[in-house]
Amino acid sequence: MSEQNRLSDRESVIQVTNMNKWFGDFHVLRDINLDVKQGERIVICGPSGSGKSTMIRCFNRLEEHQQGNVIVNGVELTDNVKNIEVIRKDVGMVFQHFNLFPHLTVIQNLTLAPMFVLKHPKREAEETAMKYLERVKIAEQAQKYPGQLSGGQQQRVAIARSLCMNPKVMLFDEPTSALDPEMIKEVLDVMVELAEEGMTMLCVTHEMGFAKLVADRVIFMDAGQIIEQNEPNEFFDNPKNDRTKLFLSQILGH
Amino acid sequence: MTNLIPNQNRPTTGSATHRSWRWVRENLFSTPLNSVITIFCLYIIWQVLSTVVGWALINASFASTKDACEAVSGACWAYVHQNYRFVLFGTYPLDEQWRSVLGSVMLIVGMLVSMNRRFWSPWLALAWLVWLALLYIILAGDVFGLTRVDSAQWGGLTLTLLLAVVGIGFAAPLALLLALGRRSEMPFVKVVCVVFIEVFRGVPLISVLIMASVMFPLFLPEGVTINKLLRAQVGIIFFQAAYLAEVFRGGMQAIPSGQYEAADSLGLGYWQKMGKIILPQALRLVIPPTMSTFISLLKDTSLVVIIGLFDLLGATKSAINDPAWRQQFIEGYVFIALIFFCFCFFMSRYSLHLDRELKRGM
Repeated sequence: MSEQNRLSDRESVIQVTNMNKWFGDFHVLRDINLDVKQGERIVICGPSGSGKSTMIRCFNRLEEHQQGNVIVNGVELTDNVKNIEVIRKDVGMVFQHFNLFPHLTVIQNLTLAPMFVLKHPKREAEETAMKYLERVKIAEQAQKYPGQLSGGQQQRVAIARSLCMNPKVMLFDEPTSALDPEMIKEVLDVMVELAEEGMTMLCVTHEMGFAKLVADRVIFMDAGQIIEQNEPNEFFDNPKNDRTKLFLSQILGH
Repeated sequence: MTNLIPNQNRPTTGSATHRSWRWVRENLFSTPLNSVITIFCLYIIWQVLSTVVGWALINASFASTKDACEAVSGACWAYVHQNYRFVLFGTYPLDEQWRSVLGSVMLIVGMLVSMNRRFWSPWLALAWLVWLALLYIILAGDVFGLTRVDSAQWGGLTLTLLLAVVGIGFAAPLALLLALGRRSEMPFVKVVCVVFIEVFRGVPLISVLIMASVMFPLFLPEGVTINKLLRAQVGIIFFQAAYLAEVFRGGMQAIPSGQYEAADSLGLGYWQKMGKIILPQALRLVIPPTMSTFISLLKDTSLVVIIGLFDLLGATKSAINDPAWRQQFIEGYVFIALIFFCFCFFMSRYSLHLDRELKRGM
């Protein structure tokens, strides 16, 4: 619990109060309250359609929330385009389907945003890019196109691409769900390393091993609500809510 | 399909004649019905070819004057000898026709240079503007000791190329803006683009041209006139831009939403996202239909004959109106058909080449 106490003294990176969202008539997020501290690693799980992805996509305005407040790094997310731009510079995102740019080489994928958004000179951007490619152990693929890489390699490139923007927080949207089983580990290894270096992470995933290993907090969502949240040992060994118990028995049962 | 299965018994050697004879037997005469169909097709091909070749080459007169044509039953190519200048350069003054030739050459050279991907940059657009200004000076004259030639006198191939090249050059960027506008979230921009596209796509090009030449001047304040050629050119640009905008929009719709989201999540602004991520992929997808639109633009320029401009087709029409050449209308149309075909076929090959080149590596 000492870790938890230490966390609570830190600055908040993301503060969400009473966030609600509808897709048409469908109430997809209900009264979400969340406070993410600097350096905190959060794993979000729940059945499909429970709003996990939608929730983290609200934190960089890929989705718009209709009620409540979302404050990222002290900037409130509203219609204000300038605010959105500021927040997106600080929030990295990794997608289920990688979403690399297929017409650009790996190194171009990594240098594009630093050059055009952060206005870094090309050489500096390329040096940063190579540094991160080495960290995800894929530097030798720099001149290839994404289509020439395996899924696991592509996802590692995607993580490096986000890191090149030097984000304050990273959002992972089911980063291993589209991967073949033998490639999941290489991506999780990179994520574990990132977590150990103190990156603030929000991770939607079903990899419970990863949650146990690095998470400070596990959040369970169902039907658009945060049902239960706790530190991992307590969450897995001693779930309070019936829906959490059911979910855990389903995914850990086999 | 049988070719896909490796056939051990099949000899892969043998003389070329032997192999081709076997190919004929296997593919054309494998069954009695196949044989009958083959023979029937050969008969049709022979009939058509012998008629065409007989008319165009064997029974034709290649003399430079019409007198020689009396003796032959086929084509009278003296028509081309006597009329090529008028067909290629229209009513451009005879002594100044080198300027029209130079104009055509400038347009073709400009296109050939622009086709090379090494030169694709914003500078190319600027270079084109300078090039077109130079072209205008050469064609219109009135400076540097060149005699003035009114644009109503420009004609033939030069006019066709001018309308097509300028048409493509301005329709493409306009179409890009229209396509972006139609997908925009700003209601006003969207409505303007939708109305523009639907209006110009909803009427025939002929009526656009007639409106540009007859009705448009009525709306202008007294004393203000705008050159007829320019009005036709603008009509062509607007019309083709509307079509092209829909082609481009189709390409943008084909790009997965993940690409937009990745660009957004990296903090790219709208123009960076479109310019660096979406359009390079979308335009690559729509090279074939884009080139189709360009090819029909080239051919549709011949509709300016309606408003009294003498492009290739217009010049040909008035050439065969001459009582002396009234019999030679087939030769006249075959001649310009060949010219159009050369340009269109070239464009079509280029689009294939570009398509292949850009997909390399992806």
